[in-house]
Amino acid sequence: MLRIPCPWCGERDETEFRYRGDASQSRPAAEAGLAAFSAYVYERENPCGWHLEWWLHVGGCRKLLKVVRHTLSHEIHSVGGPEDPG
Amino acid sequence: MNPVPSAKRVSSGRYSGWRLFLEGLSGQRGWSRAWAKAAPRSRYRVVIVGGGGHGLATAFYLATEYGITDVAVLEKGPIGLGNVGRNTTTIRSNYFHPDNIRFYEYSLKLWEGLERKLNFNAMVSQRGVLNLFHTDAQRDLFTRRANAMRLLGVDAEPLSREAVKERVPLVDLDNGRYPVLGGFLQRRGGTVRHDAVAWGYARAASEAGADIVEHCEVTGIRRDGRRVTGVETTRGPIAADTVCLAVAGHSSRLAAMAGLALPIESHVLQAFVSEGIKPVLDVVLTYGAGHFYVSQSDKGGLVFGGAIDGYNTYGQRGTLPMTEEVAAAAMTLLPGLARLKVLRQWGGVMDMSMDGSPIISGTPLEGLIVNGGWCYGGFKAIPAGGLTTAHLIARHAPHPLAAHLDLERFTAGRTIDERGVGPFPYAH
Repeated sequence: MLRIPCPWCGERDETEFRYRGDASQSRPAAEAGLAAFSAYVYERENPCGWHLEWWLHVGGCRKLLKVVRHTLSHEIHSVGGPEDPG
Repeated sequence: MNPVPSAKRVSSGRYSGWRLFLEGLSGQRGWSRAWAKAAPRSRYRVVIVGGGGHGLATAFYLATEYGITDVAVLEKGPIGLGNVGRNTTTIRSNYFHPDNIRFYEYSLKLWEGLERKLNFNAMVSQRGVLNLFHTDAQRDLFTRRANAMRLLGVDAEPLSREAVKERVPLVDLDNGRYPVLGGFLQRRGGTVRHDAVAWGYARAASEAGADIVEHCEVTGIRRDGRRVTGVETTRGPIAADTVCLAVAGHSSRLAAMAGLALPIESHVLQAFVSEGIKPVLDVVLTYGAGHFYVSQSDKGGLVFGGAIDGYNTYGQRGTLPMTEEVAAAAMTLLPGLARLKVLRQWGGVMDMSMDGSPIISGTPLEGLIVNGGWCYGGFKAIPAGGLTTAHLIARHAPHPLAAHLDLERFTAGRTIDERGVGPFPYAH
């Protein structure tokens, strides 16, 4: 069980949250072309290590959180809002 | 071709009931090692990274179907301890997309003749796979899937509530949460002893001439411009004309060594086995109102599993929320098992692809081939996956049955999304 420290609600069980995937992707410019958009939608670094990811606190404040979590140890390094760099 | 002579071959002879009897007369002491523990040479025509089901099957079919025996299979640990030995052993071809039905049906047909081909008892048991439905909409969906299968000549049949009860008396049809309305049966589906698949392919590939190199971890991929020229390993560099990655769960990590990003995320899937009991279940049963599937092994234990835990991980372990969800589904469907103890629980790391379908493909790099993205359907696909990957390596062109599994489908907009959930690996 992950315990995610929500900046607004405090530390809560992972079952209150919904995972929303890799948060390191940023949308390319409109004219960036097919390859850039394909990479944005489909390609993932998928690291074995620190991972920047979205978690939606559906069972709490309903805010979208940006979490830095280790994909092997599951340790959570930091949790912030969507505008935080992570 | 490589002028260096191959490592010394061992032959374990032909296995048969008669041989078992004869060896019994001398206390079963006459058996030899089933496959050679090869030391790696400095170059091969083909290096396959990953000694799991797909890697070993690829080596076997390269040797037997395409005449390429200058092959090494590199495995970081001992073979059989990765996902090939961690799955819930189900085989089936009850898919919806025609391309997927053809591919998995071909695999099922290869399973049907596999033991004779490998001369190895893999305990292929076509006991049937029964999917239950709990709503009218789900009945429509399964009927559509069954029709798609039957149009392609694959067996699928609807079962009434009564027929489900007759076949599996354990099922609580009128459970309070999701009453069972009926089922969808593929009689030719079933289970296979997964360890025997690894051992059988390893033995047959080794005897056909491939080197199976255990405890040899790949730490880098050598490139000369856009061409892959070999791999760096913990046992020294190995040159190769073709490098094939068959490391589902860790495909992204290996591809990153070659500078590629794949449309894959790694997730953990848990599986469980209960204490052994007398025969109570003679099909593979799946629940339709949650993710839960169960079969009974020949030792008597119930083997079951659920969905992935749901967030990126490389940890070969599961966490309790999914364990609880699986247990809840089991209790809803099969309350008679409530007092059964779970003996073991484990996890395997899955390549969850962006469309939920696998990848058997060349890459932007010449000489680098990827067999991965199996999500949680890799085991049943081992024979067809190995054969079509071998075809791609030998012929430099995709096998017709696996041409739709190329990497370019993502950019080209022809993803194969069985569940229709979009590019969200954690949702497939």
